[in-house]
Amino acid sequence: MRFNLRVGKYWLYIPLVLMAVFYLLPMYVMLATGFKSFAEIDLKTMWNLPKGIAFDNYVEAWKNLSPSLKNSFLMVIPATLISSALGSLNGFVLAKWKFKGADFIFPFILFGMFIPYQSIMIPLVQFMRSVGLGGIPGLILAHIIYGIPITTLTFRNYYASLPHELLEAAKMDGADMLGIYRHILLPISLPSFVVVLIWQFTSAWNDFLFAVILTGNEDWPITVALNNMAGSQIIAWNVQMAGSLLAALPTLLVYIFLGRFFLRGLLAGSLKG
Amino acid sequence: MSRDKDRLLNILLVSPSILAVIIFVYIFIGWSIRVSLSKWKGLTADYTWNGISNYLELFKDPRFHVDIRNTLIFTGVFVVGSIVLGFILAVMLDQGLKGEGFFRSLFLFPMAVSFIVTGVVWRWLMNPATGSRTSGLNLLFSYIGLDSLQNPWHTTPTWGMAAIALAAIWQMSGYTMALYLAGLRAIPAELKEAAQIDGANSFQVYRHIMLPLLSPVTLSALIILGHISLKVFDLIVAIAGKQYALDVPAIYMWQVTFDGLFYGKGAAIGILLLISVAVLIIPYIRYTLRTETEQ
Repeated sequence: MRFNLRVGKYWLYIPLVLMAVFYLLPMYVMLATGFKSFAEIDLKTMWNLPKGIAFDNYVEAWKNLSPSLKNSFLMVIPATLISSALGSLNGFVLAKWKFKGADFIFPFILFGMFIPYQSIMIPLVQFMRSVGLGGIPGLILAHIIYGIPITTLTFRNYYASLPHELLEAAKMDGADMLGIYRHILLPISLPSFVVVLIWQFTSAWNDFLFAVILTGNEDWPITVALNNMAGSQIIAWNVQMAGSLLAALPTLLVYIFLGRFFLRGLLAGSLKG
Repeated sequence: MSRDKDRLLNILLVSPSILAVIIFVYIFIGWSIRVSLSKWKGLTADYTWNGISNYLELFKDPRFHVDIRNTLIFTGVFVVGSIVLGFILAVMLDQGLKGEGFFRSLFLFPMAVSFIVTGVVWRWLMNPATGSRTSGLNLLFSYIGLDSLQNPWHTTPTWGMAAIALAAIWQMSGYTMALYLAGLRAIPAELKEAAQIDGANSFQVYRHIMLPLLSPVTLSALIILGHISLKVFDLIVAIAGKQYALDVPAIYMWQVTFDGLFYGKGAAIGILLLISVAVLIIPYIRYTLRTETEQ
């Protein structure tokens, strides 16, 4: 039984709805403005609903942003897949194989997840330049490596929570480590994979810092292109709103359909659960 | 026999990742420290020893003073705002109301969006224009008769950072809500009921029983949000570009290094940021891993 506030709980809908309005305001402006025709665009009527559905803004935004949306997908997909696979292997080894120093190494890996990237930025740029990895491949590499701590953490916590007997039984049957991983752990890791894939997808898609230092205007991902579009005097604010929605759509869709897993990733990122 | 094989395999599996982290985190930090102690200014690397001059120069630099002030304002408003709002939302959603899941998803959705998108939209919401050109939230205030709330937002002198923090609260308060909600769900229902039978009114229950029980959650939220605000970068770039009045260390570092080519000074800012984050995070990692072993 859930505990109720004494005064009755239905009045709580008033503050909840007010808060919902607050969270939806930016979304409303983004959507309403995006669907207005160019003739209707005026900052003074910003809060009015569009008179009809027009796609002028989206067409214009798409023209500007489609190459960078493509870049983002080209970057995010391999970065997400590879860092999740590495996290799963590392998590497995760190959780199930007690070697000397495993507990010593883990906090050092974790710390890598919190560092301000400004403290490694100059070496990173120098390194990429010296090995000739520019643009998208360099960005993919950065997202993979700096993604290792969080993916390793999530998988380690999951594998550590599994009963030890599960592995012991398999060992009795003569399975080696790799066999245990492939036949026992991997099939039941699907929920963790979803959590980690979503987390990596969202953070790589939304990243701006690595993108802005590692890519030039040929291979800008969407965050950099949108920011530059918003900073230019030529492109009107209504097109910026349409562009913002285009930039937010992939991660928003993932959130809408897989929100439960998104939440678990968030909690894992604060070292909880 | 097979033990040794397993051991070798394990080493082969993890060593590339561990090596990558060692190089890209720790060796690169060392490299940055070395750059921060050099005279490097310009396109070609110059490791001429310069002692701690770059750091000393920063401590005397008025722009860096503005950065520190701005970071403190942002951190204060953002961290306190997100924690208070997140706690209130979590308590409201813990009452077993219909539609709880809907509200929870709604309050959390900004977390899925990038700081750049948030910044681009909020920049128009916080349009500081006045008179007949009034728009954004200021216009909305006048619609509902709250003209007195109209303000120049991030263009306010000195306190402009508080407006940026408002956009950050919009983005991250759902996250603290989720943390508190998970914490509240972990408190046994008997405890809540016992408090109720005891005659404590609901406010007192939350104030004197829940809040102390939730202090580990508050600590996590403080540290996670605190370290995010030390690193704040994209949100400000998207709302305000590179303005002196809204400068923070991360933006200064970026400009001084990649626009100004003063690598020595840029590295010093990066290292100072690292130290400030490490002071928060290292004890937190130790604390979390220790609690984990105890369980």
